Amino acid sequence: MRVSPLDPGRWLGAHLGLVLLFLYLPIAVLIALSFNDSGLPTAWTGFSTRWYESVVTDEKILGSAANTIIIGAISTIIATAIGTLLALGLERLTNNALLDGLVFVPGIIPDIVLAIALLSFYNLVFTGLLGLKLGLWSVIVAHVVFNITFVTAIVRTRLRHFDISIEEASLDLGANEITTFRRITLPIILPGVIAAALVAFTLSVDEFVVAFFTAGTTITFPIQVYSMIRFGGTPEINAIATVVVFVSFVLILASQRLTREQV
Amino acid sequence: MEPQRELIRIEGVTKRFGHIVAVDEVNATIRENEFFALLGPSGCGKTTLMRLLAGFETPDAGRLLLDGRDLVGVRPYRRPLNMMFQSYALFPHMTVFDNIAYGLRQEGAGRGEIERRVADALALVQLTGFGRRRPHQLSGGERQRVALARALVKRPKVLLLDEPLAALDRKLRVEMQLELKRLQDTVGITFLIVTHDQEEALVMADRVAVMDRGRILQVATPDELYEAPNSRFVASFIGESNIFIGRLSIAGDTATLVGERATWSVAPGAPGRVGLANGAWAAIVVRPERLHLERLESAVPFDRQTMDAGALNRVDGVVGDVVYLGSTRKYVVELSDGSRALSRVQVGQRGDDLTPGTRVSTTWAIKHGVLVPAEAASSGSGAGTGALG
Repeated sequence: MRVSPLDPGRWLGAHLGLVLLFLYLPIAVLIALSFNDSGLPTAWTGFSTRWYESVVTDEKILGSAANTIIIGAISTIIATAIGTLLALGLERLTNNALLDGLVFVPGIIPDIVLAIALLSFYNLVFTGLLGLKLGLWSVIVAHVVFNITFVTAIVRTRLRHFDISIEEASLDLGANEITTFRRITLPIILPGVIAAALVAFTLSVDEFVVAFFTAGTTITFPIQVYSMIRFGGTPEINAIATVVVFVSFVLILASQRLTREQV
Repeated sequence: MEPQRELIRIEGVTKRFGHIVAVDEVNATIRENEFFALLGPSGCGKTTLMRLLAGFETPDAGRLLLDGRDLVGVRPYRRPLNMMFQSYALFPHMTVFDNIAYGLRQEGAGRGEIERRVADALALVQLTGFGRRRPHQLSGGERQRVALARALVKRPKVLLLDEPLAALDRKLRVEMQLELKRLQDTVGITFLIVTHDQEEALVMADRVAVMDRGRILQVATPDELYEAPNSRFVASFIGESNIFIGRLSIAGDTATLVGERATWSVAPGAPGRVGLANGAWAAIVVRPERLHLERLESAVPFDRQTMDAGALNRVDGVVGDVVYLGSTRKYVVELSDGSRALSRVQVGQRGDDLTPGTRVSTTWAIKHGVLVPAEAASSGSGAGTGALG
C-alpha cells in the first residue's frame, strides 16, 4: 500500500514526537546535569555520581525525606480508606451532582487557598483552643483532605463498571454484608484502590504549598529543596530532582497498569 | 407434574418506588416441585416480585410466606431460596470451583463435602472438568451453567431464575429451555422463573402467572392461558389473536356481542363465567388457527348448515398479505368493517389456496370464541399480535 505524504498517521506521529520532546527535553537536560562532575550547567567535565553521594550523606535532606515518606504513607492509608468508602457510598446511595461537586472541590481549588484555609482552621481550633503545635500531624491531615478527593474519583471509575448483582449473589448465597465486602467487593475493586493509593502517595510526596503553610517548624522534602534553591541552586538539586522524577514515573506507571480495565 | 402442597404464598404484596407502584397487591401461591413462571412485558413488576422473594427489596405491604413462615424482614442470606441472576453475576476473581463452593463455605461445610457437592453440581450442568477455569474463559452458555450450578448446589427450597436465557443466542436458548425443564425434574426443586418471553414460559412452566402493571392477571397452565385467556391483555400477550369488541346483549340463554358494524354470537354460559352483565363492553378472542377462510364465490358456502344453525360467526373480507411460515401459512384478511383478522392454515390443507385480493368469508365456531372483558371500543375489532410466529 502506498503511503501518501498527507497521510494523517504520519502527521500524528510527528506531532507526538514533538510533544514528547517538548515535555521531556528539560527533564533530560536535568538528568544529564545531575551526572556532570562540575555540577555547572555551563560545561560538561565528565561523568560522576558525586552529587548523588553528597545527597545521601546530607542529614537535612535525609531527615526531610523521612518526614515526607511518613506523611505520604500515613495520609495515603487514611485517605484511601476514607475515599474508598466514600466512593462506595456516592456510587450506591446517591445520585446528587451537588454532592459529587462538593467532594471534588478540595482537589481542584488552588493549593494556596486550601493551605490558607487549613492554616486558619488549625490556628483557631488546634493551636488556639487546644494549644497544640503544628507539625507532622497537621501536614498529614491536610494531605488527607485533598487526597480523599482523588482516591474517591479513581475508585469510582472502577465502581462504575461494577455489576451490583455480584454483591447480591454473594448475599443470596449466604454471606452477610461484611463477608460480602471482604470476599467480593474489595477484591474486585482492589486494583482501583491500589492505583488510587499510588496516586495519593505521589501527590503527597510532591506537595509543597499546603505543607509549607501547615508544617510549623517541620521540614518536608519539598520544603527542604525549596530552601536549598532560595540560597542559590546547588548541583545536589539536580540529583534529587532526578530521583524524584524516577520515583514518580514508576508510581504512575504502576497505577496505570492497575486501573487498566481487566476482564 | 402432580399438584403438590403449597410452598410459597404471596399475600397482598405491594411495592412502590416513589410514585410508581411496581407490585400492586399481588396474591399468588406456588406449589412444591412446581415450575412456575412470572410472565409479562418489561416494567410489569415481575422482577420486583422475584427480588422481594429473594430479599433484595422489602414490601410496603403484604406477606411472603414460605412453608408458612413470613420472609419479610429476613435478610437475603438467611432465606432458603437461591437466585440465578440475569447477568449471571459470577465472581470474576474466583475460579468456577470457588464460585460454586462459595455458598457451601458460608454454611461452614467441610472440605470433603464441598469438593463432592461441587463435583456433583458440575456434573449436573455437564461442566465436569471446568472447575479451574475463570469466568472470563467461559462462553455465555457455560457461564449460565455455572450460575445455575452455584445456585443449585445450596439445595434451596426454591430456585429463582431471573430471565435466565435472555443473554443466549436463539439456538442455545431453545436447547436450554428443555435442559432446564429436565434439570427441574431431576433435582425436584421448585423453580420460579421470570421471563418476558412467552415461548419460554409456555415451554417450561407448569403454571404461568401473566403480569401487567404490577398485577397478576391470570395464573393458569400454558394450555389454559392459550385456550381460555381471561382478559384482552393475556389474549394479546400469549400468541396471536383476533379480537372483536362490542357490547354484550343477553336475552335469556343466548348472548350476542354487538359491535359497531356487526353482531356476533357468544358461546352459551360465557358471560356468566367471566362475570359480565348485559350491556358490558366485552371482546371475543379467536386464535388464528380457529379462523376459517372460504372463497365467497364458492358454489357451496362452507359449512352452510352449521352456520344456519347458529354455530358459526361470520365476517366477510378480502385477503391481504399472505405469509409463508414453513408448516403453516398466515393470511391477513381486511374485514368489511375496516379491521384486520389473522388466519393460520396448515400448508397444503383445505383453504390454503387463497391469493391476495380474493374475497372470502371469515368464520369461526362460536365455541372457539373466548369472551373476555374489554374497555370501550376505542380501537375497534381486529387482530392483536404476540411474538409467537
